[in-house]
Amino acid sequence: MTSLNMALKMFQAQIKLLRFLFLLIVIYGEVEHVYGVWPMPQQITQSTERYLLNPRVFALSYANDSMAQSGCSVLDVAFKRYFKLIFPDFAHGTGRDKSLRFGNTLRFYGELYVANIFRQKYLNSISCSVKLGLESFSQLVYQDDSSAYFVNKTEIEDYPRFQFRGLLLDTSRHYLPVNSILSTLDAMAYSKFNVFHWHIVDDPSFPYQSSTYPDLSNKGAFHPMTHIYTQSDVRRVIAHARLRGIRVLPEFDSPGHTLSWGKGQPDFLTPCYKGDVPSGSFGPLNPTLSSSYQFMSDLFKEVTSVFHDSHVHLGGDEVDFTCWKSNPKVQAFMAKMGFGSDYTKLESYYMENILNITAALNKISIVWQDVFDYHEHIPKDTVLEIWRGTPAEIRAELGRITLAGHRVLLSAPWYLNHISYGQDWRNAYTVQPQNFSGTEQQKELVIGGEVCMWGEYVDATNLVSRLWPRACAAAERLWSNEKKTSSVERAFPRLKDFRCTLVRRGIQAEPLFFGHCKHEYSGL
Amino acid sequence: MVYTLLFPSSWFYGKRIERSRLSDEVSLWPLPQQFQTSPVAFKLSASRFKIVHAPGSTAGPSCSLLQNAFRRYFKYIFGYVNEQGQPRSRVFDSELRELQVLITSTDPECDAYPSLKTDESCKPSSRVFVVLGLETFSQLVYEDDYGVNNINKTSILDYPRFSHRGILLDTSRHYLPLKVILANLEVMAMNKFNVFHWHIVDDSSFPFLSRTFPNLSQQGAYHPYTHVYTPVDVKSVIEFARMRGIRVIAEFDTPGHTQSWGKGQTDLLTPCYSGSSPSGTFGPVNPILNSTYDFMTSFFKEISSVFADAYIHLGGDEVDFSCWKSNPDIQKFMEQQGFGQDYSKLESYYIQRLLDIVSSTKKGYMVWQEVFDNEVKLKGDTVVEVWKMNMVEEELQNVTGAGFTTILSAPWYLDYISYGQDWKNYYKVEPLSFNGTPEQKKLVIGGEACLWGEYVDATNLTPRLWPRASAVAERLWSDENVKDIGSAYSRLEKHRCHMVRRGIPAEPLFVGHCGHEYSGL
Repeated sequence: MTSLNMALKMFQAQIKLLRFLFLLIVIYGEVEHVYGVWPMPQQITQSTERYLLNPRVFALSYANDSMAQSGCSVLDVAFKRYFKLIFPDFAHGTGRDKSLRFGNTLRFYGELYVANIFRQKYLNSISCSVKLGLESFSQLVYQDDSSAYFVNKTEIEDYPRFQFRGLLLDTSRHYLPVNSILSTLDAMAYSKFNVFHWHIVDDPSFPYQSSTYPDLSNKGAFHPMTHIYTQSDVRRVIAHARLRGIRVLPEFDSPGHTLSWGKGQPDFLTPCYKGDVPSGSFGPLNPTLSSSYQFMSDLFKEVTSVFHDSHVHLGGDEVDFTCWKSNPKVQAFMAKMGFGSDYTKLESYYMENILNITAALNKISIVWQDVFDYHEHIPKDTVLEIWRGTPAEIRAELGRITLAGHRVLLSAPWYLNHISYGQDWRNAYTVQPQNFSGTEQQKELVIGGEVCMWGEYVDATNLVSRLWPRACAAAERLWSNEKKTSSVERAFPRLKDFRCTLVRRGIQAEPLFFGHCKHEYSGL
Repeated sequence: MVYTLLFPSSWFYGKRIERSRLSDEVSLWPLPQQFQTSPVAFKLSASRFKIVHAPGSTAGPSCSLLQNAFRRYFKYIFGYVNEQGQPRSRVFDSELRELQVLITSTDPECDAYPSLKTDESCKPSSRVFVVLGLETFSQLVYEDDYGVNNINKTSILDYPRFSHRGILLDTSRHYLPLKVILANLEVMAMNKFNVFHWHIVDDSSFPFLSRTFPNLSQQGAYHPYTHVYTPVDVKSVIEFARMRGIRVIAEFDTPGHTQSWGKGQTDLLTPCYSGSSPSGTFGPVNPILNSTYDFMTSFFKEISSVFADAYIHLGGDEVDFSCWKSNPDIQKFMEQQGFGQDYSKLESYYIQRLLDIVSSTKKGYMVWQEVFDNEVKLKGDTVVEVWKMNMVEEELQNVTGAGFTTILSAPWYLDYISYGQDWKNYYKVEPLSFNGTPEQKKLVIGGEACLWGEYVDATNLTPRLWPRASAVAERLWSDENVKDIGSAYSRLEKHRCHMVRRGIPAEPLFVGHCGHEYSGL
């Protein structure tokens, strides 16, 4: 039996319920060299047996009995992308001869991934798990001193701990060029993040170019031509994300955080009063006018069709009541509705209306925790996102929200825009999302978390190096088994390696501590 | 020292038109000592504007330093236009066609290296200041709504408050590719910094390729070929800096911070003991062996010829005594010398001998403050660098009281990051706020922003350094009364967009935008 045949025979992927497994065995070798995968797979067994990968003959292809075959665009593209990531030097070469497309084959039983791996309907892409598996595989391939490629015999059984592993970018406080977003999506895929939470508009600017209300960006963006996202920009982002198994979750935050909306939409914001006269400044959205709801309904009709994800983020955080309180018409409305002087009821009234609008559009809403804190009647399927509080407060909030039967996302411990000297990734790493008092059912309602990179001090100049590899800490927490990844010290050398992998792939990931990568970042 | 940037009326062609607009785009950073601008605007055309030597200037087209600077700044002023297509051929009715550069000093120093004396010489319009003046001029040019370059009639009188305005980069804890160093020299020039303090080696790695002792980098660098600075690399850094009026002061820190030296030079470091046997680890440089001093003599002979500047930084900070204490040979030596248990005397003994070695190379030296604190006998022209955050004012008082020149870096450790606008803290520092006589204050010749490398490499260096270091730049350049944070904020915001426009990923100060965002990703 030739070594090639042996290898072919040994190439098998075995899939079990709720997990995918691939078993890699290639040709030749002895030297011990075990490499880690980030985030840590649920089960990984590595042997010291290593095998040579020859980029001239190595191919990624569909197994004969695979349900997915050539023509499955998501996988075809993923094969091409990962071939370059597996063989970084080779990718710079002239490309390979098509006639050499045989030999070692990494086989996927595509059909077994369907539904079994991801129970959630919105993750119905059969290809997601294959891509995640390709990512793990690509991290296992290494080069020796003579630049030959090797992989050790490795068995992996893997599935994510949480289904929602998000990353928030804020494109309102600073505009981020589309390229910055795309390269963030690349790095997200490397860390197995699967939701891009696009906090697309806020007080400072409104870069989303709406086809229904073009004045919003015409007047509300930093610049109406250069600092906007056109419909085709948005489509590009969504397409890029889709190919990487990443959902795009748009956030149109209201009723607070809407100053930039007011520039292009007259009578939308509440005029603030100073005594009996308008002061000329504006507060949150005006919840007393039916035109506000008509506008929001039209806008969300557009937004939910442009962003086809099943979920939409409605914001609802940090509503400042002082302007509402100053406005006589709002006061009259409060009296008419019998809200007394409890402005949280007014906010509640507004949010209920908005939640109804999105429900009518068949979308599930995600809102910041404020909405839960102040309101009693919100639809059961609404997802709450926790963004503030001390660790004790966060635990209490997790308990309360899940007790009420809502699904919940955790982002409070992962505000990566907050920086400090030293290795703050360690704090992000030791977060325990399900460590609160509650029943098993309650814990299952924690569906994941998000790292947030708010934009006060971040734009294209420093975004990437500030995000990576700090976000990787949360990525592992959201993906891996908590017991197996409880040691920060054991994570350190793996994360150091993974950071160099990111740098090798052109991601400007900053260093964890002194040291070096074989291939340093070569941009500026 | 003074330079002037004036536009005599004869420079202008065509009739002037009054424009009421004082441009929002213009912001000068660091703020000149004196300047007056008028609403009279002139247009600049890429096809006609020239930077030339004035008749009567002592420098001419053979001065390559100036010729290079002319080209560089022409590109900064017009580069964006050229990228988009052909220069416009429209004729404007008020147009500035020529910037004349007049050098009046008898020696234009075109081929010399900048030095501390360059700044102190008080030669008006020396060539270094022309480079600085070109930077100011380029900052005055702004684009109007039609994309045309404009400049308002302006007169400026400028000179720096301090003569040593430095940036420290650490290439040992992380290796910095050459192009990162060069790019930051470029940004330094935009901010009128004039000293690059190159903390080139340290514990972590030894990337300097020594011709005399090639084993140092062969064994001590992270990688002997990909993570080293060859003599050609070093030369190109020095030349690139020279063209921008920047001195390169190399630091070879001893006797501590030398772990990487030991890999390529046996017996240089002190073997540490665990009880009565060597533990296998090593401590600072071994100060009791003659071979150590022979090595230092040959090594610094090479260094003094490689680095052209009149000063070398010898380090001398943070010496850990525990290893020396554990070593029986050192204990014996301490006894012989009558040092008792005072290991700082041993440190002083080493430094003293090292200083004598370096003095014999005709170089001056800079040291970290510990060397002064330990009462080592220093040459009169030694520059003491104050870096410890506690008791900064007392230290400045003591150092200058003893008659030594000093530079301040303690408040400007930019590797310490925090959330928010920490540039304000750097900006508010007043280097001369300590108690002392006017003579003492004159001994404070400047300061340095230090970006140590524990958490910094090519991936995050530039946005972490800029525009935070720009705050230090203005403190060291502008008049001490220039301290209004509000005005600084609005100018610095524009200055950072200026740097971004020139391709530098300088991070934002706060919410907002630049007309041309960073696109270098």
